[in-house]
Amino acid sequence: MAEQGWDEFEIGAMLRSFNGEAKDVALTLQEDRDYSSNNSFTASVADWRIEKPVFNKDYCIDCQFCWVYCPDISIISRDKKMIGIDMDHCKGCGICVEVCPTNPKSLLMYSEQTDEEQALAAWPSKDEGEK
Amino acid sequence: MAFDKLELRDIEVWDGNFAAAQAMRQVQIDVVAAYPITPSTPIVEGYAKFLADGYIEGEFVMVESEHAAMSGCIGASAAGGRVATATSSQGFALMVETLYQASGMRLPIVLNVVNRALAAPLNVNGDHSDMYLGRDSGWIQFDAYNAQEAYDLNFIAFKVAEDHSVRLPAMVHQDGFLTSHTAQGVKTITDDAAYNFVGEFKPMNDMLDLDHPVTHGVQAEEDWHFEHKARQHRDLMLNVVPRIHEAFDAFEKLTGRKYNMVEQYNMDDAEIAVVCMGSSVETACEVAQELRDQGIKVGVVGIRVIRPFPFKEVIDALKDLKAIGALDRSSPNGAPGMLFNEIAGALFNTDTKAALSGYVYGLGGRDLTKEHLRDLFKELKVNADAGKVTTQLQQFIGVRGPKLAFL
Repeated sequence: MAEQGWDEFEIGAMLRSFNGEAKDVALTLQEDRDYSSNNSFTASVADWRIEKPVFNKDYCIDCQFCWVYCPDISIISRDKKMIGIDMDHCKGCGICVEVCPTNPKSLLMYSEQTDEEQALAAWPSKDEGEK
Repeated sequence: MAFDKLELRDIEVWDGNFAAAQAMRQVQIDVVAAYPITPSTPIVEGYAKFLADGYIEGEFVMVESEHAAMSGCIGASAAGGRVATATSSQGFALMVETLYQASGMRLPIVLNVVNRALAAPLNVNGDHSDMYLGRDSGWIQFDAYNAQEAYDLNFIAFKVAEDHSVRLPAMVHQDGFLTSHTAQGVKTITDDAAYNFVGEFKPMNDMLDLDHPVTHGVQAEEDWHFEHKARQHRDLMLNVVPRIHEAFDAFEKLTGRKYNMVEQYNMDDAEIAVVCMGSSVETACEVAQELRDQGIKVGVVGIRVIRPFPFKEVIDALKDLKAIGALDRSSPNGAPGMLFNEIAGALFNTDTKAALSGYVYGLGGRDLTKEHLRDLFKELKVNADAGKVTTQLQQFIGVRGPKLAFL
């Protein structure tokens, strides 16, 4: 596509999301959809993330709040089970951490360079609050 | 259908605004997003009344500015509807950013522009400043000289713009007040014939086609922007003109009224001519006829399609003349006028011997009188006899104070 001439693309500042017809898209998992090369699903658009969410499934109650609130559809959930984060599309906004209701939180923000194993090993314990 | 039809008399007494509103009713637009401004206000008022009275099945969207009006039209057009609106002057200027979006996104919106001066000083009367402001925006531009043409050219604009080989927006210009508010006899087309001439709207890459999802208005940097702009210019240069000719021919078959890219009056054996636009064309034609009666071979050329500029037709119309006056009703602000430049550019590589001079006139609704034109033709006659321009190349006419001439 990058080498196409002026006569080789459709007119207008317009791009198609899918190759061919898109039937029952809502009922088709993302990985099973026939996305076109123009669709950002096939590209990393997370270059400017400086903080990343780390997911700790030991505390997750699968409430799906993060999945609902994520503005970039970057929380991967299957059969109502949280299974991870799509780091090609997550911009690091931290909304998932804000809405996580568990104690301690099941999602926390770390700098982009933080090693995930180290973060999980040093996960905070339950906040007992003031008595 | 869910709306009523109107029985029109063969000839109705309409001004240019109402003629445009009637045409907008007859083509059954899906969405009009509008922010009314003098002198185009009665177009969208008239359209809104037709809608309220049940003569149209569509949506009228009230917005907070002309920028929003054109933005709303762009959204509705990308969604897949027949879309139009109207504006003038300052409102047109506020729309400019979105005009480029509409053409770049290849959305066939029709914009009725009732030409009016641009501030400062603030002025509601007719000149061509706003029309000239739009000339690089990628829109097709038709110019009506009277109410009849404002009516007719709307149908032609929809037909050309919406053709899938074109898919470019189109403006229909008419002179503020002189045309927009002057009631004249307008020969009508029946509702059915008018709608059938334009035809049912055929969407293309519409956002409401849920089986083929599209993203409109994407970003393209140095790797793609040039290709998109080149394609757009190419389609304006090559695809639009044949569609305009087809539409003019079909319209002549339907109504008997013949339009041309460049209109020529008394030009067959003419030696001198003025080139102008808008209502001035009719004034110039009257004066030319008077001079013809005195045996002076003068003619008038009116530019009907400003963009794409009818380069070849202008050469054909003008190359054999001895003297040409290019009349620009917009201050060029530091350059020769647009018509002077375009005509000079068209004729430069020909073997024409015509002496070309430019005139700036009529700013802010200042009348172009028959006396002005008689003097102008006299001056052009002197140029023709001398075989060269005997004045400065650019002159202002009809302005008070010491004579202004440049170049």
